[in-house]
Amino acid sequence: MDLTLVGQGLLSGLLFGGVYSLMAVGLTLIFGVMRVVNFAHGDMMVWGMYLAWMLATRAGIDPYVGFPVCAAVLFTLGWAVQRGLVHRIVDAPHEMQILLMLGVALVLENAALVAFGPDPQRVRSPLTASTLWLGPLFVDVGRLVTFGVALALTGALWVFLGHTDLGRRIRAASDNPYGALVIGTDVGRVYAIAFGIGAACVGAAGALVSPILPFQPAGGLSLSVASFNIVIIGGMGSLLGAFVGGLLVSVAESLGAVFLAPSMKELVSFSLLIVILLLRPAGLFGRRAA
Amino acid sequence: MTVPRVAALVVVLALAALPAVLSSYAVTVFIFIFFYAYLGQAWNLVGGYAGQLSAGHAAFVGLGAYTAAMLSMTLGLTPWVGMFVGGALAAALGALIAYLGFRFGLRGFYFVLLTVAFAEIGRIVALNTDAVGGALGLYITFTGNPRQFQFQDNRAYYYVALVMMLAATALVAALERRRFGEYLKAIREDENACEALGVDTFRYKLLAMVLSSFLTGVGGTFYAYYLFSLQPNAVFGIPLSVEIMIRPIVGGAGTALGPVLGSFILSPLGELSRVYLSQGAWSGLHLIVYGVLLIVVVLFFPQGAYPTLLKLGGSMSRSSPKPPHRI
Repeated sequence: MDLTLVGQGLLSGLLFGGVYSLMAVGLTLIFGVMRVVNFAHGDMMVWGMYLAWMLATRAGIDPYVGFPVCAAVLFTLGWAVQRGLVHRIVDAPHEMQILLMLGVALVLENAALVAFGPDPQRVRSPLTASTLWLGPLFVDVGRLVTFGVALALTGALWVFLGHTDLGRRIRAASDNPYGALVIGTDVGRVYAIAFGIGAACVGAAGALVSPILPFQPAGGLSLSVASFNIVIIGGMGSLLGAFVGGLLVSVAESLGAVFLAPSMKELVSFSLLIVILLLRPAGLFGRRAA
Repeated sequence: MTVPRVAALVVVLALAALPAVLSSYAVTVFIFIFFYAYLGQAWNLVGGYAGQLSAGHAAFVGLGAYTAAMLSMTLGLTPWVGMFVGGALAAALGALIAYLGFRFGLRGFYFVLLTVAFAEIGRIVALNTDAVGGALGLYITFTGNPRQFQFQDNRAYYYVALVMMLAATALVAALERRRFGEYLKAIREDENACEALGVDTFRYKLLAMVLSSFLTGVGGTFYAYYLFSLQPNAVFGIPLSVEIMIRPIVGGAGTALGPVLGSFILSPLGELSRVYLSQGAWSGLHLIVYGVLLIVVVLFFPQGAYPTLLKLGGSMSRSSPKPPHRI
């Protein structure tokens, strides 16, 4: 086996892992705070991609500049979904929440299909055209910037949750909603904000990945499934787990593409999922099996 | 004979006589109603009665369909036998998923995610295995030979699908009254209490999944030999899983008639929107309708149509039957 090829696989896996981490952090935040699995996560990401595409084609704004707009729109969408729908059944059994979010996913995916058609799209950015050489390995500048921004956003969220008043309230509502209510937290508002932030994370991830990955409306589901995999592997509700899990799964898939057929790389992450469920069902960083 | 039994007999006889007066197109619509009611009934065992939501039942349809088709094409085995081989393989897959998902008392979404993950694994493997047609899929040559599960007359498929639906419904109705059915409902309502009373919940959830995946796998053969083409993205895809689960949920999950009622409501709707809305840009519209329907059902009729109808009927006629449980 050619070592350069393996090194290249490792590197590109690690770089793409930033996006996976950001997706998974959004999902795990929503789950950790209100115990709701966002089945529309991947479809929200696809809307982030199409928003970036519209900004680029209609207004000429590069996705690496326009991603905060996508994040803001998705924040509003997440907020609205939580306030309008999830809020009503936050205490209902898991099955009902999953069905509700599946309904939202179907609406989002097929609204994108009606609006944009089934053909794959890609956003052009001048950054993706240039490459850097690190010794024998090359780096696509677009991927490098995507990785850097995704990492910075994850870090910013970490600081926000740890060191701001609102962030602490979100964590409080996640640890003990009743206790948070007692000390005067508007738990409903905190839930809506958390859902909004989770959606904004995946919206930004979508915008950042839009120059790298071709996308189409039908792609939302596999992105949702990829996020679920990462979050289970990392441990449901654990931010650190989602972050590390994202990098891990991406590197594993990338190496899988080197050693196996490229089209089989998704099987690697599913195999990883099954191994984790067999050996450590709470996930790598999970505190409890839910 | 009691009143419900007479009513059931009348309905069955009417359905059996119906093809004589139906147009060929209407027969096709009824075939889809029966077939999706059958798949919904199979899902109902594990998703409705046991309350373990599977969002990946397409995996079993796909496995069953590919097995029967491949056995017929390579070994010449008749699909009438192949359908049970496919069912057995689907049951084995169901057992594996249930084992992984229910071990350690893992609950709720773990199982959902596992079912989705396995359906996706099936899709990727089928897409990448050239021996089963790869991305092109499998095409079955039409011979019209009934021994090969192929019929010249659409009405033959009508009766096959009708028998499948009735048999599955009768099976579920029979299980509902037995200890097995009671255990499943109890697990759905309060799994902790069940365990405290000494019910081996793992075993019964596993059994429900095995039975459900077996029936679904058998249904795969009908899918293969009615449509004559198997595409990995269609037969393992999440849209098919949604089609399977949405009928019992809308009709009333955990009731023996829910999947049938749900299919009579949704299959014609799906067919109409396919005919009138699937052209060009509107191809996603019927799935938007499904999505909205799911949201509305969850928020306003969480028990589904059948229990809601019973409640309405009960408040008028006083002879109110015991309302079935919610999922």
